[in-house]
Amino acid sequence: MLKIQNLHASVEGKKILNGINLEIKAGEIHAIMGPNGSGKSTLASVLAGRKEYEVTEGSVDFLGKNLLDLDPEERAGEGLFLAFQYPVEIPGLSTTNFIKTAVNEVRKYRGQEVLDAVSFLKLMKEKMALMNIDQSLLSRPLNEGFSGGEKKRNEIFQMAMLQPRLAILDETDSGLDIDAIRIVANGVNKLHTKENGVLVVTHYQRLLDYIIPDFVHVLYNGRIVKSGTKELALELEEKGYDFIKNEADIVEQV
Amino acid sequence: MKTETAQLPANRDTKPELSPIESAVLNDYKYGFVTEIESESAPKGLNEDIVRFISAKKNEPEWMLEWRLKAYRQWLKMEEPKWANIKYPPIDYQDVIYYSAPKQKTNPKSLDEIDPELKRTFEKLGISLEEQKRLSGVAVDAVIDSVSIGTSFKEQLAELGIIFCSMSEAIQEHPELIRKHLSSVVPVTDNYFAALNSAVFSDGSFCYIPKGVRCPMELSTYFRINAENTGQFERTLIVAEEGSYVSYLEGCTAPMRDENQLHAAVVELIAMDNAEIKYSTVQNWYPGDKEGRGGIYNFVTKRGICKGNNSKISWTQVETGSSITWKYPSVILKGDNSVGEFYSVAVTNNHQQADTGTKMQHIGKNTKSRIVSKGISAGVSNNSYRGLVHVSKNAKNARNFSQCDSLLLGDRCGAHTFPYIEVKNKSAIVEHEATTSKIGEDQIFYCNQRGIDTETAVALIVNGFAKEVMNQLPMEFAVEAQKLLAISLEGSVG
Repeated sequence: MLKIQNLHASVEGKKILNGINLEIKAGEIHAIMGPNGSGKSTLASVLAGRKEYEVTEGSVDFLGKNLLDLDPEERAGEGLFLAFQYPVEIPGLSTTNFIKTAVNEVRKYRGQEVLDAVSFLKLMKEKMALMNIDQSLLSRPLNEGFSGGEKKRNEIFQMAMLQPRLAILDETDSGLDIDAIRIVANGVNKLHTKENGVLVVTHYQRLLDYIIPDFVHVLYNGRIVKSGTKELALELEEKGYDFIKNEADIVEQV
Repeated sequence: MKTETAQLPANRDTKPELSPIESAVLNDYKYGFVTEIESESAPKGLNEDIVRFISAKKNEPEWMLEWRLKAYRQWLKMEEPKWANIKYPPIDYQDVIYYSAPKQKTNPKSLDEIDPELKRTFEKLGISLEEQKRLSGVAVDAVIDSVSIGTSFKEQLAELGIIFCSMSEAIQEHPELIRKHLSSVVPVTDNYFAALNSAVFSDGSFCYIPKGVRCPMELSTYFRINAENTGQFERTLIVAEEGSYVSYLEGCTAPMRDENQLHAAVVELIAMDNAEIKYSTVQNWYPGDKEGRGGIYNFVTKRGICKGNNSKISWTQVETGSSITWKYPSVILKGDNSVGEFYSVAVTNNHQQADTGTKMQHIGKNTKSRIVSKGISAGVSNNSYRGLVHVSKNAKNARNFSQCDSLLLGDRCGAHTFPYIEVKNKSAIVEHEATTSKIGEDQIFYCNQRGIDTETAVALIVNGFAKEVMNQLPMEFAVEAQKLLAISLEGSVG
């Protein structure tokens, strides 16, 4: 469903991605790992269409469309979802109202009928039960005063409501204790089907104990330098990123 | 703005929330059309003869003419105030038409006698004067240019002893009440624009709620400027007797014209013992075009007095229109334990300028006031909050809380806050909080990533910012006001 070819991107003139190649098929879970500054979050942002990032080369095909031609909201409409590393606060705007607007905007994009208050509430109740999320959280202003764990759970709840084809989780585990990680990961697993793909961006292996990836890729200097199965993540955990850096630097010199 | 009361049932069961923005429709000022109707106008300019002309047109008693002439003579001696944070070329007061009335039977006996073209104008604005078509209980007085063309639900209200009629009618039918209360809160010489209004005002609304009566429906006046080169000078007076309650709504629109038009209104509210008046405004006069051409100069004096003990006056305003807004709805807290409130959202876009706020004058004991002001600036506009909290010597245990928040869209607009606090009694507690924030790229991107386009995202963020004030609006206004905020900021981001 997602095919990234030779993707180069820079921010404020600084090159961050240097030729990424990656293919994700429906039903697969991929993990992108890498040391700080390797370009993990940039990749997530470029895929979601953040303006500050300039794509200088390469192509991204998403479900048969040229993703890079689409505005961020169109990408969302096509079924791309980004769970933010730092979810944004919007004071005064109730979380429910925000999600309702999002769901209906996406439905409009997909040519589906807009949900009225009753059907929306029904959908929300259903997903609340599935995600084990409390009504009180959803009545509060969007992310305002939420704890780290609440913010991330709210991200996954939005994912459940929007039912994306591809979900990108950008460092969803950062700042969470182990219980919160388990809750968030359970949510992601419940939503995972044969039809949708997941791209987990993470620095640490621990999230992958709960969200088991089919493939693990290691990003370094804006390029995927090593790919493998979930064992690669364990190897990284054990040896640290240095062994990857050394290997990659040697290849570079040759 | 539109008091879309007829559509209320459709909106009632959903919470007031953002409705889909039909961008094609909303890109323009929707109310900019002109009604082709014959009107009768006074010649341009202002002098004693014009004042006499207006008074004669209205068939006013001698005392009213004297009252006007006194105001006019005072006005001649006064100077236009210069302290507000607004800039505009000098106004030529001799280039304004002070009286214009659509030609129709001077006093339609019933709503059936109103010119169909005028009725259509109000239908187009979303206001139906046909009572049978009105599903919700809102009584409307419709004022076009200088005169009221009709008031609905009069009979039903009269059964409760409530008087709701045009000011012209009130002067004829209830002279004793008018003589007693008119200019008792805003003296004719209060300020330049109030004096001008007193000299030439041609209509407006009068409400009188008798002792112990809770007005069963929202009362509202819809003001419409139609004729060219015409100023609108209306006068509203609301008297709430002991233990009564009334909620009043005011809406305004005008056609798009290249020249500036003058609007100088005076509103007076009087609340006796245990009475409560809630006054809501959605002001959407034509704001001028993107280059700053045209638009209404809106110089308004609004003041209420909590005359009786335990009385309450609450102002809520959503100001999105006008090229210039100069307006400070105030409360004199005279009665012990009286309460004054001011909730305001002021939006300025393009070249609009707003200098608005309130005055809370604590005189009685244990008086309380609350000020919540939300200013939103976009384009190259300037938005100022100006407020005074005054606690006089005998106002024991006065309490005030003020919150003034500004939201900036873009980096070419300005937000200013001018709070003045004068406390002459040591037991007073006065609090002031202010914040300024900008809509962040991060917030917009977050919304975009959830499938929400930028215009809608701005509307969501702005409505979130203004929520505390919007919540004060009666349901009939809240939904429309939310849409209006979104429309006013169209094209201001990205």
